[in-house]
Amino acid sequence: MQTYKYQNVFPKDETIKILLSELKVLAKERNSGVLSEELNRMVPGFGSVIKKTSRKIKKIDIENIESYKDFLLNISKRWENPKYWMTIKRANDGFTLSYVLSALDLEFNIEGKIVQKDESLRIYLPILLKTLYMAFLITLITMILAYPTSYYLASLPKSKANLLMIFVLLPFWTSILVRIVSWITLLQQKGVANDVMMYFNIINQPLDMMFNQFATIITMTHILLPFMVLPLYGSMRSVDQTYIRASSSLGANPFTTFFKVYFPLTVPGLSAGAILVFIISVGYYITPALVGGIDGQMISNMIEFHMRTSNNWELASAMGGILLIITITLYWVYDKLVGVNSLKLG
Amino acid sequence: MKKIVLAASLVASLTVSSFAQETLTVISFGGDYGKAQKKHMIDPFVKQSGVKVFFDDYKGGSAELKAQVSTGQVKWDVIDMEYVDLEKACNENLLERIDPSFLPKGDDGVDAKDDFYPMAINECAIGNIFWATAFAYNEKFIGDVKPTTMNDLFDLKKFPGKRALKKRAQINLEWALIADGVAAKDVYDVLETDEGIKRAFAKLDTIKDSVIWFDSWSQAPQLLNDGSVILAQAANGRLTQFTVVWDGQAFDLDGWAIVKGTKNLELAKKFIASSTSSVPLSGMKDVNYGPTRKSGTKLLTAEEQNKLPTAHLEEGFKVDSGFWSDYGTELNEKFNAWLLKK
Repeated sequence: MQTYKYQNVFPKDETIKILLSELKVLAKERNSGVLSEELNRMVPGFGSVIKKTSRKIKKIDIENIESYKDFLLNISKRWENPKYWMTIKRANDGFTLSYVLSALDLEFNIEGKIVQKDESLRIYLPILLKTLYMAFLITLITMILAYPTSYYLASLPKSKANLLMIFVLLPFWTSILVRIVSWITLLQQKGVANDVMMYFNIINQPLDMMFNQFATIITMTHILLPFMVLPLYGSMRSVDQTYIRASSSLGANPFTTFFKVYFPLTVPGLSAGAILVFIISVGYYITPALVGGIDGQMISNMIEFHMRTSNNWELASAMGGILLIITITLYWVYDKLVGVNSLKLG
Repeated sequence: MKKIVLAASLVASLTVSSFAQETLTVISFGGDYGKAQKKHMIDPFVKQSGVKVFFDDYKGGSAELKAQVSTGQVKWDVIDMEYVDLEKACNENLLERIDPSFLPKGDDGVDAKDDFYPMAINECAIGNIFWATAFAYNEKFIGDVKPTTMNDLFDLKKFPGKRALKKRAQINLEWALIADGVAAKDVYDVLETDEGIKRAFAKLDTIKDSVIWFDSWSQAPQLLNDGSVILAQAANGRLTQFTVVWDGQAFDLDGWAIVKGTKNLELAKKFIASSTSSVPLSGMKDVNYGPTRKSGTKLLTAEEQNKLPTAHLEEGFKVDSGFWSDYGTELNEKFNAWLLKK
C-alpha cells in the first residue's frame, strides 16, 4: 500500500490480494468491524464497504478469484474511488493530523493537500464561532446586570449588604440541575411565563422560549451571574470614598466622577468577573445540553457527543485541544491589553 | 496514632472486599420498562439465587460498552440492547458469543430452541422482549381531529405544534420515507441508495423546525404529558397512558447481551436463563411488550395479546439490524450534520 499513488487509480493485483487475505483473517476472527469503524471515521461511508467486502471474502477462496478488480467492484462501486485507497494508506501512519483538521472542517483531498470540507459537512467551525459569540454575549449581559446590583450592595452599610448578599449566594449554592429545571418549568410551551402572558392577553400564541439558543443564554446568565457580582462587589467595597468626595469637591459632575474616578477603580473587579464568566461559559456543557435544543448547542456538547455517543475520542480530543488553545490565547491577549496583575477577586 | 488508623482502615477494606457478596451488574433502559424488569426478572432471580444485582440505566447505543471493553475496565456484566445496536456491537467483538444450550425448557416442556421465536436467539444475545417504536398523542391536548397515519406526523397543517423524536437516524429516516409514500417493506432498499437518503432528509426538512429532539426514551412521555409536544415518538411501552398510532410502527427486539471480558460470565448466563424463562417474559405485558417465547405468549389472555406490537404487524415493518450495522455510523454522521445545519 505504501507504494500506491493516486495517479495509478487502481492498485496492483498483488496489493489487492494482500488486502483481501488480511481482511479474511480479520473476518474469521470477527474483528473486521473494528477496522471498518476506524476507517469510517476517516471517510464516512467507508465502513460499510469494508464490512460488505469482508463478509463476502469470508466464504471465498482468494486463489480462485479471476479478476480482483472486478471482484471488488462487484461488491461495491465505491472501491473505484481512489479516496478509499488513499485512506487505507494514510491509516498506516501512526501520527495523523486528520482529526485536528476535521475539528476545523478541513480535510486532506486525494492529492494529500489540505482543503475545506464539502459545504454540507462543515459544522464544527460554525459551532465554535457560535460558542465564542454566546460566551461573549453572556459575559456582556452579566456585566450589565451585575454592575448596578454590586453598586447598590456596596453602597449599603455592611450589615444590610451582608443580608442582601444571601440573595446572591443562595442560588449560587443551589444545585445547577435544580436551577436549570426551574427555568424549564418557567419557559416551556405550557409553562408559567407563557401562561401568565396568555392570561393577560399580551400574546395569543405561546412563545418558543425553551430548547433553543435563547433558553441557553438566559439560563447560563442566571447561573453565572454570581461569578460577576462577587468580584465586582469586592472591588467596589474597597474603593476609597474619599476619592469620590474629593472629585466632587473639585467641581466634577456626577458623570465625570463616575467615569473618571469610580469606574476605573472597579475595572480590576469587572475584568476578573468577565474573565471568569467568559472562560466558564466557553466550556459550559450541562445547560446547553438540557435546555439548548439543537440551536443552543455549544462546542462542549459536540465534544461530549464524540466522547460518549459516536466514540470518536480522537476527534473529541482534537476539539478539546483547539478550545484550550483559544482560551489560552484570549487570556494572553487580555494580559497584554489589561494586565493579569490588575485582576482582583474581591 | 495515624498509623493505627491507617492500618485499621486497611484491614477493614480488605475484609469487606473478601467477604463481599457476589454482585452482578445489569444495565437497561429504566423508566416503567425498568420497573417491570425489576419486578419480573431481577427480583425473582435475586430471591432464588441469593446473588446481589446492581440494576442501572443507560441511554442505549454501544459507545459506553465500547469504552469499557477497549480500556479493559469492564464494569457492566449483562446489558439490555436494542437489536439495531446489538448487531454492530457483536461485529465489533464487544460481546460474548452465547451458546443457547444453557437455556431452560419452557413451562410447557418444549425445548428452548423450539420455544423461542427464531429471531430471539442471536449470536450475541437472548431476546427478552418484542417491542415497537411508534408515535402517540395525549388525548388532553389533541383536539377533535386525531392522527391515524404516518403522514399525520409530518403534516404540520393538520397537526400544528411540536413533535418529539429521538435524536438519531434510526427509525426517523424510515418514517420519513414511509410518509413520503414508500411502502414499509421497501424502506431499506430505498434507504440503501443515495437518492433514498436525500429523499428521507428532504422529508425530515419539512418538519425540522417543529421537532424537539430527545436523548433518552424517558423524555418522550414527559414531553407529551406537559403538553410541550403534540406528537411523540417512543418505545410503545412508554406510551401506556397515551394513545398509540400503530401505522408505520417499527417493530424490533431487545435482548440480554453479555459484555466481553466480564468476570461474572457464569453468573450472567444464570441470570439470562432465569430471566428469559416463560413466566418472567410474560410479565413484560405490564408495559405492553411481548414475550420472546411461545410458551410465554400462551400465559397471556387474548385481550393482553391484543395490546402488544405483535398484534399490529401488518401496519409496520421490522427494523433491519443488518442494515443499521452496515450504514448506522455513516447515516448517523449525516444525520448530525443535517441537524446542525440551518
